[in-house]
Amino acid sequence: MAVSKKSSEDLVNVQVDGHWIRVPKGTRMIEACKQAAAEVPHYCYHPKLTSPGNCRMCLVEMGMPPRPTPGEEAELDAEGHAKINWMPRPVIACANTVAEGMGIRTQSLLAKECRQGVMEFLLINHPLDCPICDQAGECTLQEYSVEHGNGQSRFLESKVKKPKNVDIGPRIRLDDERCVLCSRCVRFSKEVVDDDVLGFVDRGSHNTLAVHPDRKLENNYSLNTVDICPVGALTSNDFRFKMRVWFMRETKSLCTGCARGCNTLIGSREGKIYRQGPRENNKVNSAWMCDSGRMEYHRLEDPARLTDPMIKRGRTHNVVDWTEAICRAAKDLSRFKGDELAIIASGGMTNEELYLTRTLAESLEAGVVDVVKRSGSGDDYLSHSDKNPNVNGARKILKLRSPGSRLKLIHAGIAEGKIKALLVLGEDLLDIGFSEEELGGLKCMVLVHMIANPTAKMSTVVLPGAGYAEKRGSMINATGRLQRLNKAIDSPGLSREDWEILQGLNRAVDGKDEVTELVDVFGEMTSAVSIFKGLSFAGIGDLGVDVMDTGESVPLLEREAKRVRDGLIVG
Amino acid sequence: MEIPKELEKSADDAIGHYPPEEKRSAALPLLHLVQQEFGFINDDAISWVADKLAVEPIKILELVTFYPGFRQKAPGEYHIRVCRTLSCAMAGCHKTMEKICEIAGIDRSKVSHHDPIAVSSDGKFSIEFAECLASCGTGPVCLVGDDFHEEVKPENAKALLQQYK
Amino acid sequence: MANPRYISGKTPHSRETRMIFRNVDRVGWNPSIEKYLEDGGYNSFKKSLKMTPSEVTDEVKASGLRGRGGAGFPTGVKWGFIPPNNSKPVYLICNADESEPGTFKDRYILHQDPHQLIEGILISSYAVGAKIAYIYVREEFPEGAVILERAIEEARRAGLLGKKIAGTGFECEIYVHRGAGAYICGEETGLIESLEGKRPYPRIKPPYFPAALGLYMCPTIVNNVESLCHVKHVISMGGDKYSRLGTPRNTGTRILCVSGDVRKPGYFEIEVGKLTMGELINDLCGGMKKGRKLKAVIPGGSSAKVLRADETYTIRDGEGEKTIGLSDIPMDFDSLAACGSMAGSGGVIVMDDSRDMAWVLNNINTFYAHESCGQCTPCREGSLWMKKITDRMLEGGGVPSDVETLASVGDNIAGRTICAFGEACSWPTQSFVAKFPEEFKKHTKRRNVGKALNPEAKVASAGIKDKH
Repeated sequence: MAVSKKSSEDLVNVQVDGHWIRVPKGTRMIEACKQAAAEVPHYCYHPKLTSPGNCRMCLVEMGMPPRPTPGEEAELDAEGHAKINWMPRPVIACANTVAEGMGIRTQSLLAKECRQGVMEFLLINHPLDCPICDQAGECTLQEYSVEHGNGQSRFLESKVKKPKNVDIGPRIRLDDERCVLCSRCVRFSKEVVDDDVLGFVDRGSHNTLAVHPDRKLENNYSLNTVDICPVGALTSNDFRFKMRVWFMRETKSLCTGCARGCNTLIGSREGKIYRQGPRENNKVNSAWMCDSGRMEYHRLEDPARLTDPMIKRGRTHNVVDWTEAICRAAKDLSRFKGDELAIIASGGMTNEELYLTRTLAESLEAGVVDVVKRSGSGDDYLSHSDKNPNVNGARKILKLRSPGSRLKLIHAGIAEGKIKALLVLGEDLLDIGFSEEELGGLKCMVLVHMIANPTAKMSTVVLPGAGYAEKRGSMINATGRLQRLNKAIDSPGLSREDWEILQGLNRAVDGKDEVTELVDVFGEMTSAVSIFKGLSFAGIGDLGVDVMDTGESVPLLEREAKRVRDGLIVG
Repeated sequence: MEIPKELEKSADDAIGHYPPEEKRSAALPLLHLVQQEFGFINDDAISWVADKLAVEPIKILELVTFYPGFRQKAPGEYHIRVCRTLSCAMAGCHKTMEKICEIAGIDRSKVSHHDPIAVSSDGKFSIEFAECLASCGTGPVCLVGDDFHEEVKPENAKALLQQYK
Repeated sequence: MANPRYISGKTPHSRETRMIFRNVDRVGWNPSIEKYLEDGGYNSFKKSLKMTPSEVTDEVKASGLRGRGGAGFPTGVKWGFIPPNNSKPVYLICNADESEPGTFKDRYILHQDPHQLIEGILISSYAVGAKIAYIYVREEFPEGAVILERAIEEARRAGLLGKKIAGTGFECEIYVHRGAGAYICGEETGLIESLEGKRPYPRIKPPYFPAALGLYMCPTIVNNVESLCHVKHVISMGGDKYSRLGTPRNTGTRILCVSGDVRKPGYFEIEVGKLTMGELINDLCGGMKKGRKLKAVIPGGSSAKVLRADETYTIRDGEGEKTIGLSDIPMDFDSLAACGSMAGSGGVIVMDDSRDMAWVLNNINTFYAHESCGQCTPCREGSLWMKKITDRMLEGGGVPSDVETLASVGDNIAGRTICAFGEACSWPTQSFVAKFPEEFKKHTKRRNVGKALNPEAKVASAGIKDKH
């Protein structure tokens, strides 16, 4: 029986390639197709940006039910939907929204011819230099030409010549011959980061993406344009010519450059990171991240990376094995307690590391535990002025009401000779106001760090830790979202993930069998720290969960939400 | 680049033709004023217009390079635009162009899409083809500066140029 | 008003009905406001101020006036698209970017009768509620812009502009905004972008229909110079009386501009549809040049599809369907559309049997390749490609596949672009190639392949040779 399906208040019936689906009113046709698993190819459309409709790749066939003549019943199909009158002209799926009873054909002859035509047009003046193009392997020109292209060229003319290898900013090169003029980069710069420095010069077939010579693309979000460039026109100076994308493994992780906790994808191969970029998370960083955050991975390549545990004998540090180093550290630290022992941890540590620090501090009965504050300049977009990624974790796990405020007690304690031993985790004390004389008076200093920094030189035991992309763990960002860090590569030499080092110390200090899996550390934490109650490490998922209300919001996300409400972008 | 007071004033007047929050609208008027004053639009002028309208200089460069009416290099004392489009072509504009170039001593062999203007060796005349000047019934037509000339057959070329001695 | 006398040699043809061009070439006439007022100028505007704005719009709707810029859309209907509950400012823009090759009517209005235009703008602004009107004048009319500015100043001094016009609450300012040489600015959303100081990239429709989201995202009406002048006459004579000029659905007069291979090219104001193509060419334009025969006509500006002299067309009139020849086509919107072309902007380009159609098409292709704004893919890439193919054919480097390629490139542009430029640039190619295949085939004999083809393409062309 044919039942006439009336649209409910917020949903409309749309037919995509013969199948009826229900989607919210106002949905763009391209998104409706996506929901119906009919991917519509496109270049210029990006859900986070306005839709100029310029590439014409998403042309589809569209139809609507005829307006019913008064007094006449609409003609219904077998499923009870009104018959569709197909329009002779194709429409772009990106900028048009669905309406009740609309039909969309993505696979009709007309739709296919349109795509084939656009593909041909995009390629006639394209240099076809895939063998030397960094975008190869993740280029939509390549991808779509396989599916929608002609396979042979009818173009017998000379191609339009345009500038190549153009220096448009400190981190990006532009190849204008590869550019398909989709304007994604122009729109991103203007709409998202208010830096309207990109534009098109010349006209017609000679249109050329350019910057003004006096105003380069150098804002701290410039590399996002490389990500959204669908072709090889914009390439990153940092990444270009280093690795073919298809050889890389991608790891979902976090940027630890500041308290924002931008979600990332790390691209690595055989123990080396080649790039890191944003991973979409609409609760944190939308689809973007800052350039400085992207470059964070270079810290892991520091030539002064520590690769072996060491014990200071006399004036030199000798390499020892882990057992000896841990035992020595535990033994030395255990000689002191109460006011004699302080722990300086880091707001860059994971929750699990902080938790194991807490249990260690409890076993050692350390008098003071605090973390180092690290402030810098933030901006109105994503970059946070708190340059530590997990101060909120430290606040909750180490029960710090005012993180960093107890460092002056430590200074005083050392000066008075009360504090005799220090455990330093992930910090360089000489960089944060401690002096060599001050530290020289200590009886014992144990350091867990990844770099042979000046503090390491003064430490009695040095335990080599891992960098952010070399370990797992969780962190809480500025807005109170618990998120997961994942391991992309191994840390160098014999260095270890910090939580393992701390667990080793715990084991050596209290002599108990401690859990050996990171997820179990998290499990212990869920009963010890109230905000984690009921959670599991796996349950954090790729996009995280909100665990605190910090009262902070993300200006960039608020502006994005307004553009969504105004119907300018999909979001 | 020295901006004469008069120009500054005309620019402000032009900006006044548009809502205060939409002063970017005055981009073309300002560029016309600059080109009238200096004969062409150089980099400094682009930056001046951009500052005046509070937009990035690239947004002005976008316009200067888009519109054929704007020049980025100095033309001759008299700039000639010969209509190239269909009715004028049918009326013989290509011969007219050849003749004018011959008389004025202009070599158009180096003209290209990016550099459409050729200047006579004495700097007196410059010339380029323009698309439809909208006087198709009286072709070939041309503009010399702001002066419009109709039925410029090759045999009239000499008389035309003599008006600008 | 006495019937005007005209300059010797420029007397209107007896078949003409001079309304818009009444004062063009008129003896003793000049563009000053004094002359205009002497001749009853601004009376229609004053009359309109005694009506309500919607009454004015209703008169225009009743007149059946269709836009003279190219699309032929009913002017009153266009005005009616302004959202009823609008609270934003409304803008009126006069499109004086006359640039469709073959069209040269607006120039004479601007130069010789600017106050007629200003009156039309004032009436229209009153009707749509616009307090600011911009006249977008193409850069190639420097003199026209100066004359207009002078006329606006005169009108201001006469109390016809500014606040409390003619003692009413109506206020209006008119500004001249000069373009800078871009055909695309004739497209109304391209024009709006240009007026906003941006590259004149046409906007996608939906959602950016100017009547709702136009200049500064406010409701905006864009009308052609000639259309706005007609508004004056609609108010003057009343919509109903105006609608009896011309033919039903194709009302009023319109100016036809004839160029090309006729003896007497020029402009003619005729009642729409009351004249055939043959009458226009033979009677008003004095026929073809001596010894030459009519070969083809582009009837509505260079983007209109070409009509071949020996074709027959099927049109429908009051008496039913009938088959006619080129000469019998009535010069109106609907008949020309029925013949597969369009009345467009009224620019009629006539070609005789001496013309090589490949040369003509190449000239047109060069124009559109030069004028494509380049915003959207098919037009940006396709317009230049079509030009390059016809370039090569004329240089002697044609290959047999060229004819088919040309047609298919055109097919891949038309109907797939952001604005109507896609059709404008592909219709010539589609129609020329379809209607004169033999002429294009002549140019595919590969007389000079080495010269015209680029080195990379040699390989490709060899492949093509093998295939054919």
